[in-house]
Amino acid sequence: MAISIQEVQHIAKLAKLTFTEAELERFTRELNKILEYVEKLNELDTSNVEPLSHTTDIHNVMRADEVKPSLPVDEVLANAPSREGNFFKVPKVVK
Amino acid sequence: MQYEAVIGLEVHAQLLTDSKIFCGCSTRFGAEPNSQTCPVCLGMPGVLPVLNERAVEFAIRMGLATNCSIASFSRFARKNYFYPDLPKGYQISQYELPLCSNGYVDIELEDGTEKRIGIIRIHLEEDAGKSIHDPALAGEDTLVDLNRCGVPLIEIVSAPDLRTPQEAYAYLVRLKQLVTYLGICDGNMEEGSLRCDANVSVRPVGSDTFGVKTEVKNMNSFRNVERALTYEINRQIQVLESGGKIVQETLLWDANEGIARPMRSKEEAHDYRYFPEPDLVPLEVSEAWIEKIKADLPELPRARKKRFVEQYKIPVYDAGVLTMTRELADYYEAITQVCSDFKMVSNWVMGEVLRVLNERKIDIADFPISPERLGKLLNLILNKTISINIAKTVFEEMLQSDAEPEAIVEEKGLAQVSDRGLIEEIVDKVIQENPKQVEQYRGGKTKVFGYFVGQVMRATRGKANPAIVNEILKEKLSG
Repeated sequence: MAISIQEVQHIAKLAKLTFTEAELERFTRELNKILEYVEKLNELDTSNVEPLSHTTDIHNVMRADEVKPSLPVDEVLANAPSREGNFFKVPKVVK
Repeated sequence: MQYEAVIGLEVHAQLLTDSKIFCGCSTRFGAEPNSQTCPVCLGMPGVLPVLNERAVEFAIRMGLATNCSIASFSRFARKNYFYPDLPKGYQISQYELPLCSNGYVDIELEDGTEKRIGIIRIHLEEDAGKSIHDPALAGEDTLVDLNRCGVPLIEIVSAPDLRTPQEAYAYLVRLKQLVTYLGICDGNMEEGSLRCDANVSVRPVGSDTFGVKTEVKNMNSFRNVERALTYEINRQIQVLESGGKIVQETLLWDANEGIARPMRSKEEAHDYRYFPEPDLVPLEVSEAWIEKIKADLPELPRARKKRFVEQYKIPVYDAGVLTMTRELADYYEAITQVCSDFKMVSNWVMGEVLRVLNERKIDIADFPISPERLGKLLNLILNKTISINIAKTVFEEMLQSDAEPEAIVEEKGLAQVSDRGLIEEIVDKVIQENPKQVEQYRGGKTKVFGYFVGQVMRATRGKANPAIVNEILKEKLSG
């Protein structure tokens, strides 16, 4: 199950990451090594095993519909690189 | 060639919970930007979402109201994409195990027949924040308000069973009616608490395969959904007729221009890499819980309409209008507690009351005449204290003040005159004063009868009992 350099490029794009040619080659190589390693798991016959998404038996952890105090706006925006009034300000997206 | 359209709708409804789906921040609309946010909905590292039980209950209500199966086991999933109004970099949604699936609603078509529209699934998810691109406010940048981030939504996905923009409209009307009856969403498309995206394709009539579809977004009213779909269906037919091919793409409806424009392609769109949300444990819904929610469901619109026809003996049309909203139906039923002429009550609610609501653009909740007061007014017609015309005058008065109808009739001296002696006197006088018309009438020109009625009514300022006036006039004129 080898991963191609195009796939690595695609994943990088989805993750908003930019790599040099050399980096792309390196990551492709390294990712392939990791995939080869976990490939070993496929040797197990899991045809009769239900897919597992959570390892505990806990379910239905819920809260009542009650309003709790929110953060003060200045704290909310404290880490924002840029703000305009009480809005986060970000580079223009779409249009 | 004759074409038909194939339409499927994805409708998002904001749930009317007090707090967000995974944290305790308020969902109140219109608050100061970013004032209803916390580490959970801001996507800070190291926090854990905790599911709002009422959001689950609301979603199950809708599932039950649309005849869905409710999953005994479901879970949440991460839908990954980057956008500034989604601080976590993923939306918590449901993917392969939605809470509700395989349901339907019956919609009413214009010719009065019904059509069953499949519901593929209803799942729970969180809303994203709000981006402001308007240069007047944001200049060269984009402003982001995360108050809406984490507000609970249900997404209702229809089967591709809709064939015309009118059917899509009727389907939306039905969904809005259901969510508002259930009290789980205010159903306001203009304010975005109900949102609709459409998948549209066309194919030759009789074909059973699907054409290439496009997705239309940004239709923020019921009328705009109808308009946008009409536009897109015609566009696709034109492309095919001129030998072209439909390109699968997303279009944004521009209501001002009346056209749908291709959205600049989101890079690598639809590669959301869903996977089970590790921060939330699975959800198990027991039969007992479902039964409890079922038991608490209000009477739904179709059942109520049917009951209105049976219980109040009113026409199906009336029952449909009166049950359009839960509040209007409640209003009607409250009047029937006071006034027993159910058809007359229906006429007044559908006529006068709805007219005023439309004129003033208000909801029945803000209508100034309580059902009890209106019932009392209608009783004055029933017991012949006033005529229908006088009742309309009293009705106008009641819109202006809190006075009881009896008091207004008393104060303005509007009570109907049913005293035969008095009416006879007036009739005699009118006949005496209009010899020419009397001659015409007796000569066979019976149309002038209306003239006499008018004169008597004028003399009594509209208060004479019309039935008695007619009777006495006929008798005396044929004299």
